[in-house]
Amino acid sequence: MSLEISGLQVRFGARPVVNIDRLGLGDAEILGLAGESGSGKSMTALAVLGLAWSAGADVSGSIALDGLELVGMPERELRQIRGRRIAAIFQSPAAAFNPVFRVGRIVADALARHGLAGSEAADRVASAMRQLLLSPDLLRRYPAQLSGGQLQRVAIALAVALRAQVLLADEPTSALDVTVQAEVLELLRELRARDGMSVLFISHDLAVIAELCDRVAVMRQGRIVEQGRTDAVMGAPGDPYTAELLAAVPVIAGGQGLG
Amino acid sequence: MIDADVGAAAPLPAASPSRARAAGRAARANPLLVAGGGIALLIVIVAVAAPLLAPVPADAGIATNPFAVLRPPSAAHLLGTDQVGRDMLSRVIYGARVSPVIAAYVLAIAAAIGIPLGLAAGYFGGWLDEVIMRITDVFLAFPPLLLALALAAVLPASLTSVTIAIAATWWPWYARLIRGQAASVAGRPFIESCKALGISRWRILARHVLPNSITPLIVQVSLDVGGVILVASALSFLGLGAQDPTPEWGLMVAQGQPYFPTAWWLVTFPGLAILVTAFGFNLLGDGLRDVLDPRGAILR
Repeated sequence: MSLEISGLQVRFGARPVVNIDRLGLGDAEILGLAGESGSGKSMTALAVLGLAWSAGADVSGSIALDGLELVGMPERELRQIRGRRIAAIFQSPAAAFNPVFRVGRIVADALARHGLAGSEAADRVASAMRQLLLSPDLLRRYPAQLSGGQLQRVAIALAVALRAQVLLADEPTSALDVTVQAEVLELLRELRARDGMSVLFISHDLAVIAELCDRVAVMRQGRIVEQGRTDAVMGAPGDPYTAELLAAVPVIAGGQGLG
Repeated sequence: MIDADVGAAAPLPAASPSRARAAGRAARANPLLVAGGGIALLIVIVAVAAPLLAPVPADAGIATNPFAVLRPPSAAHLLGTDQVGRDMLSRVIYGARVSPVIAAYVLAIAAAIGIPLGLAAGYFGGWLDEVIMRITDVFLAFPPLLLALALAAVLPASLTSVTIAIAATWWPWYARLIRGQAASVAGRPFIESCKALGISRWRILARHVLPNSITPLIVQVSLDVGGVILVASALSFLGLGAQDPTPEWGLMVAQGQPYFPTAWWLVTFPGLAILVTAFGFNLLGDGLRDVLDPRGAILR
């Protein structure tokens, strides 16, 4: 499953916040999208989900999912793709779950929205929970009773249960502590290897991107200033901005940014 | 963000063995709720069992006893008799079937109008928000009692009119309250998650925004029971609502007023009934506020 972005512009009024000539996410690839806050990373993810419009932005250009054009697609059809084919996980797992429902109900509801109910849904959820090393008991709890790492894994399990082919991970580890972060990264790698899931991994943390991603695209003020194989870009940055970002990463091995 | 840590540190007795025990614990922790709930329950019981409790049920209606007018409280008439000789205790008891019921109707109507409008305004925002909120502004520009008074004066004097008049002044407060809640919920990340899962906006509104916005309204509604009863009583007191012989507490106070210097019981007992009811529901509302805040409940 591949995602091709070309000539994508996201504007608020006259102000463009995203302006991407070309960005591709290949089958079973993990692509890192790096850049400072406000560089347009998250807005790119929203555009891919077809949600930039509801945030009040104008979207033009092309986002193609295996040749299927998403820009300008009617909301009703987009809803079939969101969650089902393109899933998303967000920065703050604790805030990403409706606090008034049990986790299991949220999961079951999401599956039901995509026509999955009954024993098939239950099987899928059970196997996804197993795959993500989560106890099925967690489904009976409320979100506030789970840790951030557990919730983030539930969110990923939901994407797995829905058999999403593309996962948009918007700063998925920034709110987690380092050991949990390492677990989540490992899970993402596994998903790619086992299910062939493609991952767009958005982060300001170059250390994490270097560890996880096959390729990296560096964004600044809405534009991709540089993209290429992670080792190549990190090893010999072609753009001064990339070099600056790299210089901001602590040198101590395994060190973290501000996440 | 500290939420991840807070979550991890809370392996609370979630799968608590007994719901009843949890309820008992909550009751001890929340005497307001117990007292308010008790009074509310008492009023409901009195209203339901009025024919059994009232010594002279007929006196709640058009009966008159010309030879027993304005008797002070005694063994025969515990709360005395009124200006046409009706047993005050019976009338106060039957009054529990009038005012609280008006309050229930008013609040149900106000919520039924205010909740959908407030949700739509808060969640969708934009011009819809502007239109709905400007309409509520128009209603809120008048003092509520004055507007209810004007409406009740235009409509024929009856309990239905009072109900309509008060409901018409009440819903904008609920629309406001829900709008504010819905607008803040709409910006929370889990709504984004719902969208990203392909859930439709109407479903998000009904299933995710509403349950997260409704708590303050539940509290407000229970606090408002007393307020509505007071307004309804005031309108009846002014002759715009209940008409004799309806045993409406406010009306009874109004009718007893001229006799107050010599027959204090005509005004005092219906007045006390209003006081106790309003007070009870206020306690209930305060108690509910403590209990229904989910974060408060979890941290407890």
